[in-house]
Amino acid sequence: MPMSAKEIEDLILKSFPDAIIKIDDLRGDGDHYAAYVESKEFEGKTMVKQHQMVYDALEGRMGNELHALALNTSVPKKGV
Amino acid sequence: MLDNTKIKIETLINESEVMLFMKGTPAMPQCGFSAAVVGVLNHMGIDFQSTNVLQDQEVREGIKEFSNWPTIPQLYVKKEFVGGCDIIREMHENGELSNFFEEKGIKTN
Repeated sequence: MPMSAKEIEDLILKSFPDAIIKIDDLRGDGDHYAAYVESKEFEGKTMVKQHQMVYDALEGRMGNELHALALNTSVPKKGV
Repeated sequence: MLDNTKIKIETLINESEVMLFMKGTPAMPQCGFSAAVVGVLNHMGIDFQSTNVLQDQEVREGIKEFSNWPTIPQLYVKKEFVGGCDIIREMHENGELSNFFEEKGIKTN
């Protein structure tokens, strides 16, 4: 079963309540998404660690129900 | 993960300075994400080895646990997990990847 963008967003928000999230359904098929996630939690972490944290938030769905999620993580810019 | 799967993965990573776990082969990638990473490595002139996980179910599942990373492709340089498709692409675009290879003493063109 593919996941909806809303389900993905809700799971990420559960682990990163401060996050700014933007999800695009790349092909409109509910199976290929791109997600932008911005959170203070990522500060000081490597890119690998940041992505692992998002995958953890998705509770094992990545690579299973969720076939493709292009991920772009970021720390909020200071002073904005 | 079975012990011998872990040993097999460690051997693959130890024996090649640059090892890409991918779907298909560099000449015939079976997935767009794997193809994208092959494209970056070729573009940079990196001499790399690859493992086709579609031909080894144990490695295909084991590597995800090994690196705590849920997807293929996965790139290892000198035993260090560098990332999957998104990270390699991003590092390539912002120039970090060539710095990384340089730091690791891997020749690029």
